[in-house]
Amino acid sequence: MESLTFRHTTKKPLPGSVPNAITGVVASGNLEVLLERVLPPDACEVAIETPIAGYGDVWEAVVADFVARAQPGGLRISINDGGARPDTVSLRLLQGARLMEA
Amino acid sequence: MTLAEILTSMFPDGHDVTVQDGLVSGTGPFADGRITLVGIDGDTPLGVDGALRLSRSVLDAIRAGDRAPILVAVDSDSQRMSRRDELLGLNECLAHLAKALLLADRSGHPTIGLIYGHSAAGAFIATALATRVLAALPGANPSVMDLPSVARVTKLPLDKLNDMAKTTPVFAPGLDNMVATGAVHVVLDSEKPLPRQIRDLIADLEPGDVRDRLGAERGGRPAAHDVARAVIDQAGRR
Amino acid sequence: MAGDRSARTDPDTLSWYEATARQRVTALADPSSVREFLPPTERRMSPHLPLFDLPRAFDDGIVVGEATLDGAPVLIAAQEGRFMGGAFGEIHGAKLVGLLRVALELKPKAVLILFDTGGVRLQEANAGETAIAETMRAIVDVRAAGIPVIGLIGGRAGCYGGGGLIAGTCSRLAVSEGGRISVSGPEVIETNKGAEEFDSRDRALVWRTMGGKHRRLTGGADAFCADTVSAFRRAALDLIGRAPAFDLDTLEAEQARLEDRIARFGDCHDATDVWRRLGVNDPEAVPAMDTDAFDAIVARVGEMDHDAR
Repeated sequence: MESLTFRHTTKKPLPGSVPNAITGVVASGNLEVLLERVLPPDACEVAIETPIAGYGDVWEAVVADFVARAQPGGLRISINDGGARPDTVSLRLLQGARLMEA
Repeated sequence: MTLAEILTSMFPDGHDVTVQDGLVSGTGPFADGRITLVGIDGDTPLGVDGALRLSRSVLDAIRAGDRAPILVAVDSDSQRMSRRDELLGLNECLAHLAKALLLADRSGHPTIGLIYGHSAAGAFIATALATRVLAALPGANPSVMDLPSVARVTKLPLDKLNDMAKTTPVFAPGLDNMVATGAVHVVLDSEKPLPRQIRDLIADLEPGDVRDRLGAERGGRPAAHDVARAVIDQAGRR
Repeated sequence: MAGDRSARTDPDTLSWYEATARQRVTALADPSSVREFLPPTERRMSPHLPLFDLPRAFDDGIVVGEATLDGAPVLIAAQEGRFMGGAFGEIHGAKLVGLLRVALELKPKAVLILFDTGGVRLQEANAGETAIAETMRAIVDVRAAGIPVIGLIGGRAGCYGGGGLIAGTCSRLAVSEGGRISVSGPEVIETNKGAEEFDSRDRALVWRTMGGKHRRLTGGADAFCADTVSAFRRAALDLIGRAPAFDLDTLEAEQARLEDRIARFGDCHDATDVWRRLGVNDPEAVPAMDTDAFDAIVARVGEMDHDAR
C-alpha cells in the first residue's frame, strides 16, 4: 500500500454546512471518498491510500485540478482507493464536494 | 484421541452411543444423571440429511426436559459440497441444527463442543461453534480453509502465506489460532479422564458469549470486542 | 452522515441490486431517520488487510445503525457486497454482533439485516468464522426476547457461506430475483467436486438452484420482492408483523418441514424437477417470469408460507 498526502491553500471555503459525507465504494476500479469539514476555511488536505504504487504524479495532478475547480476550503478528504482510473477519481471528488455543499 | 477412546474415557461403565454414516448419537451416564452425545466422526462432510438427523437428536434431548448436558463431539469435513445439498436448502438445515443447539442451551441443557479431529466452514459453525463452550483435544485441527485454497482465492504465493501464518493467527488454520481468536475456549488434557474436565467446564460456564473477550485477551482477535462494545455504547447514547 | 445523495435514492425506482449498502439503508428507512453507529469518520478499519496489501474501507464494508420504519424504531445492518465481496472480517462481524447485542437493551420493533456477502473474508478467516457463530447466537437471543430479525437478500454478492447460515437463523427472509442463498458457492463446489457436479459458468443453473425464486417456492424465503427498495420496505414491514416465535414448537415444525422437503424432493436433480412436483405447470418458464406472474404461481402452489423457521 502507498500513502500520499497533498495539502493545498484555497481562495475560499467550500459553501454549505454539511459536516461530512462519503461517496463511492472500495472495489476494483473504484474508490471511496470521505470528506470532513474540519480544516481552516482556506485549507484542503487530500490523503490517499492506494494498493497501486508509483502513480504519485497522476494523483497530484488530479487533486490539483479538483482543488482549482471546486475550491474545497475547509475540507479534509480521505481516499481509500481500489485502483480507480483518474477520471473516476475526479468524478468522485466532485460528487463528494457537491454532497458537502448541500 | 479417537472417538472410541473418548467414549471409553467418558463412559467407563458403558453407553448407548452409536455411529452411523459418520453421525454420532446416544447417551451415557454422567455425574448424577446422563449426558447426551451428538456428533460427527471420521472427517465426514455434513449435508442436509446428516444435519437433520443430528438436529432430531438434539430436539429429542430438549423434549426429554431433564436438562441433561449435551456433548457435541466433532471430527468432520466441511459442509457437504454438492448441487443436491444446495438445491435442498443446506443453509436452512445447518442453521436449523445450530438453532436446535442454541435452544438447548437456552432451555437449561449445558452444551459443550468437543473437537477432536478436523472441522471446517459450515459444518464447524453448525455444530461445535453453536455450543456454549467449545473444548478441544490436543491434535484437533479446526480450520476455515486450508492454505492452498486460501492461496488460490487470495492469489498470494503459498510460501508467503505459510510465513504469514506463523505470526498472524487471524487467518491461518489450526487449533492454536482458533484458541487465540476465542472460538475454542480451552484445550483439554487427553491424559486425564474426560468426565471430570467436562464437569469443570459446566461448573464454570459464564453467562453470555465470551468469545470476543477471549479473543482480545489472547491477542488473536485484537479489535472485535472493542468494536462490539463501541456499537453498544453509541447505540445507547442519544 | 450524508451518503451518496447525488445518486438516485427514490425508493420506488432505486434498484436494490445496484444500490450501495448506504443507499439501501437511507432509502429503506423513513426519510432522515438513520443514525449510524461507528460511521466512516471513526475509521474503524481492518487491522489485517494491510498485511495482504489490500485496500481497506472506512466502515469495513458494513453500515450499522438505528432508524425508523413507518415510525417504529428499528436497528439496521447493511453489508456492502462490492467491498471484499461483503465478506465477514473481524470489524465487519463485530459491528453486526454489537448491533444485535444492543437490541436486547433497546428493544426495537425489529432488527433488519441487509445481507450482501460471500461469507467469511479469507484474509481474516478465523475472526470472520467466529463472528458468524457469535452473530447466530445473538440472533437467537434477540428472537427469544420477542424481537423479529428480518433478513433482506437481493445484493450483488448474494448470501453465501456463513451468511447463508445466519440467514437461516433469522425470523423471516425477503428475497429478490437477484438474491441467491446458499452455503457453498458455485465456484467452491466446482473447485472441490468438479464441473460435472456444478458448472459455475452456467449462470442459469446458479440462479435456478440458489436464486430467490427457488428459495421462495420451496419455503426457504417468506417473501419475493421486485428489485426496488420500496418492494423490500413493504416486505420488511409485512414480515415484521408475522414473525414466528423462537421456541421448541417452532423448531419442531421446522424439523418436520425440512424432513418433508427432503422426502419429497430429495431425488430431484434440478430445480425445475422440484417446481414441477410442487404443481407448477410450466417450470421451464419460471426463471423468466416477472414478479406479478411469479406471485401468481406462489399463490397457486400456496404451500410455502409457514411459521417453521
